[in-house]
Amino acid sequence: MRFVRKKLVQLLVVMLCVTFFSFLLLELLPGDTATTLCAGAGGTECIEQKTAEFHLNDPMPVRYVRWLGGVVTGDFGSSARNAQPVSEALKQRLPVTIELLLYSQFLALIIAVPVGLIAAQRSGSLFDRGSTGVLFLFLAIPNFMLALVLILIFPVRLKLLNAVGYTPFTENPFKSLGSLLLPAITLAAAEMATYMRLLRTDLIATMQEDYITMAKAKGMSPRHILLRHAFKPSSFSLITVIGLNFGRLIGGTLLVEVIFSINGLGKYTVDGILGRDYIPVQGAIVVIALGYVLVNFAVDMIYAALDPRIRHARALV
Amino acid sequence: MPVPSSDSPGVVPSKSSIFAGSGDLATEIGRMSDGSAHELNNLGALDSDEDGRSAKKRLGPVFWVAAGWFILVALAALLAPVLPLKSYTAPSAFIRKPPSAQFWFGTDTIGRDIFSRVVWGGRVSLAVAFASITFGVIVGGTIGIVSGYFRGRIETLLMGFCDVLLSFPALLLALSIVAFRGDQRDLLTISLAIGVVSIAPVARLVRANTLVYSQREFVTAARSLGARRGRIIVKEILPNVIFPVLSFSIIAIGLAIVAEGGLAFLGQSVQPPTPTWGGMISDGRNYLSNAPWISLMPCLILFLTVLALNLAGDRIREYFDIKDND
Amino acid sequence: MTATETDTSSPVGQRATLLEVTDLSTSFRTERGVVHAVDGVTFTLDRGRTLGVVGESGSGKTVLSRSIMGLLGGKNVVRAGSVKYEGTEIIGYSAKQMSNVWGAEMSMVFQDPMTSLNPVMKIGKQITESLRRHLGVDKDEAEQTAIALLKSVGIPAPEQRLGEYPHQLSGGMRQRVTIAIALACGPKILFADEPTTALDVTVQAQILDLLDDQQRERHMAMILVTHDLGVVRTRADEIIVMYGGKVVEQAPTSTLFASMKMPYTEALLRSIPRLDMPSHTRLDAIPGRPPNLIAPPTGCNFASRCRYVQPRCLEERPPLVAAADPGHFYRCFFPVGTPEGEAALQANLASGTAVAAPAPRSSTTTEES
Repeated sequence: MRFVRKKLVQLLVVMLCVTFFSFLLLELLPGDTATTLCAGAGGTECIEQKTAEFHLNDPMPVRYVRWLGGVVTGDFGSSARNAQPVSEALKQRLPVTIELLLYSQFLALIIAVPVGLIAAQRSGSLFDRGSTGVLFLFLAIPNFMLALVLILIFPVRLKLLNAVGYTPFTENPFKSLGSLLLPAITLAAAEMATYMRLLRTDLIATMQEDYITMAKAKGMSPRHILLRHAFKPSSFSLITVIGLNFGRLIGGTLLVEVIFSINGLGKYTVDGILGRDYIPVQGAIVVIALGYVLVNFAVDMIYAALDPRIRHARALV
Repeated sequence: MPVPSSDSPGVVPSKSSIFAGSGDLATEIGRMSDGSAHELNNLGALDSDEDGRSAKKRLGPVFWVAAGWFILVALAALLAPVLPLKSYTAPSAFIRKPPSAQFWFGTDTIGRDIFSRVVWGGRVSLAVAFASITFGVIVGGTIGIVSGYFRGRIETLLMGFCDVLLSFPALLLALSIVAFRGDQRDLLTISLAIGVVSIAPVARLVRANTLVYSQREFVTAARSLGARRGRIIVKEILPNVIFPVLSFSIIAIGLAIVAEGGLAFLGQSVQPPTPTWGGMISDGRNYLSNAPWISLMPCLILFLTVLALNLAGDRIREYFDIKDND
Repeated sequence: MTATETDTSSPVGQRATLLEVTDLSTSFRTERGVVHAVDGVTFTLDRGRTLGVVGESGSGKTVLSRSIMGLLGGKNVVRAGSVKYEGTEIIGYSAKQMSNVWGAEMSMVFQDPMTSLNPVMKIGKQITESLRRHLGVDKDEAEQTAIALLKSVGIPAPEQRLGEYPHQLSGGMRQRVTIAIALACGPKILFADEPTTALDVTVQAQILDLLDDQQRERHMAMILVTHDLGVVRTRADEIIVMYGGKVVEQAPTSTLFASMKMPYTEALLRSIPRLDMPSHTRLDAIPGRPPNLIAPPTGCNFASRCRYVQPRCLEERPPLVAAADPGHFYRCFFPVGTPEGEAALQANLASGTAVAAPAPRSSTTTEES
């Protein structure tokens, strides 16, 4: 339990640092709530009035604390452009990004795991080198390029699937997954190579272990050895990286969301920054950073759960 | 940006060296012939000489093809003003023509020659990439060496700062910096934006390597001879840290090119009429159905260049790979 | 039990002889060259008998046991010679055919129980999976058998152990588990590859006794591989001494200790510290290093470390020859206990050259003390 508590404290510290830093960063950007609200209409009086209304002249730390206080009670403020409460927007958009994330990692793994298993077993073969080459190629393709190519092939040439638009999962699961297929593939392609190589490398290393020879000496079949003996110990790094990727990608779906016009978290932040509407951005960053640290925390816990040696040696932590 | 995981050794388990021991060939062969045959396949690694360089001293054909391509692109970009290219700004009547003998890559929406725009665009994209990575390496490298060598409070502070930087999505951070500079979206701004994003990964990499080297005997030896810290850093640690940084930088330049593309897609890259690869790709995306070459030609060149950089950087890493299980 | 031919005409001899190894060689093709890990080993093994294979690190004893069992995979492994199990040649068996042999007919106990047990798999599963593979029993029956097995190897509270992981047991217990796994399907030959080297001294004797008991009960043949002559003295019927991949001496145990011929065997024996020596007696270690198996020296492998060495030893390779006693073979020009040997030893002691310099080689790595 001491382990868990220590991690939670670290979590909190990181959150505070990140939110403070982002508040600071946004401070430096041109424009603020007042100017955005008054854009078009009202001159200096409007700006003065709004500035007073939102206490925009108070020193930054004060405003930060005030904002923090709001966050703790669930009030993330409102967008200056459309007055929508940020918490409401976040509630709408977070599930979208999460669905995209889960979907894309799932797709990546569906390819990476079997390919990795086979490549490890037939290490050095044509399949091994060929699959590594192909996946490496995917890795090198910039995501916007892949997105464009996918759009070109499917909606444009083959008239399949929509280039833009999103159906919520709760409305219609199939349509939802269909609408997210192209963006999910775009995100998945980049990770496939990493996952496959990681699994393959670990598998090859594990296969050198004595207990694999022992399993062989018991007469177990190669497939049994691969799946039952070698796979589990080799999956630790993979799981760790998947977890870390989740954390990283929560903020990394930006470009894909913009290209495919998906109203997720990423697009929200971009719209905010480009529209000089910073309160939503601040709120979104909280969610992104929280997601990042929570996921890292969860990965640590899962790691401990998977490896019985760590579980039983908790006292050493 | 790829974040090297050398920072958290617990994440990726490393195989401990079976050569931990005498290093004497006879003993090693003897030891291995006593054990599993798999280890004997690693005998090739025994070909290392004193400092562990692999005997495979050839960089391989892949490297040379990749390097060749990149040099070609870079030369074209550099020499653009003196090459016999069509104007990259002058519109013409040939609107949205597909690639032909006259216009190698076709023309865009106002009739400009895409091939020459790609060459000129390469100037900007490559310049941005080099500048940003140079900035990142200098700043990040300094941070890394200082935290790795001096440890303690400085390390906690600097690495904490890097961690905060890293918890921001890269594109978002770059976007913010561009926004920070207001409407001044020039070469400097974009390079700065991408450069700042690259600081933290470089710092991590350099720190990890500094940690490894500062504990080696030759540093202790230098210190015991009374060498001052600055001298140690420059003469002992820096030369060894350069190699991993070199291979990382090569790959990072590719990533920077892609990052510029990403910014362009958000409309936040270098302002028109200056062509950049990302800008051209982004501009052409509305014409995918009827004039795909507007996006696809710059896409192709960008992809090949990034691929070349990835392959070259990877080969360099293998070539200079010092055994990391010391 | 003879070392070369079996009496194939006798029906009793045929049934009793489980394993016939004839001129077995195993080499590994590597980037550096071909490693001759095992070179020309010949012996037979009957039911209920124990063969001891003794040698230091690098002698090829482990490769030998794995080679006989056919566990060495990979396209760079070359086996030559013949290994006949119950009359059938098993070199050349496919992996699938061998997988029927492993576990059910032959099995192995490995040296380090911490690494030979899967750390993330429960112990029960590691036992029952081979039961279900070879004997086709269902889950419950397998578990009952596993419990009985654990009991028979002396593990307390076996039901509880089924659900535990290897790291939860002590070293000695883990080795007992490994033995249980190896014996699970009732193999006829057990290879014990340095079964006690990784264990505490106090536990070593227990494990060896356990192996003895099991062997007797099951009327198994056993090949006991070790670097410790003392271990095989009381537990093996016949001993093979290996050095540099070759058999350098081979004899029934009593014969070996009564009239050993190889200087190497003698040196091994002398290097074992004994309790009845006065304190501060200098350990009689064998100086030098094992030979380079890719480019072995001309002449005898052991020459550079031998007390009896003479110029002939550096030029000619001694062949394996038979001694007067039945079943005794050795590989030396100046064997221990013979007039030539004595003369050689005396000559060396007199002139002060305990060890001769090795012949100059371009890539030599062997050193002398």
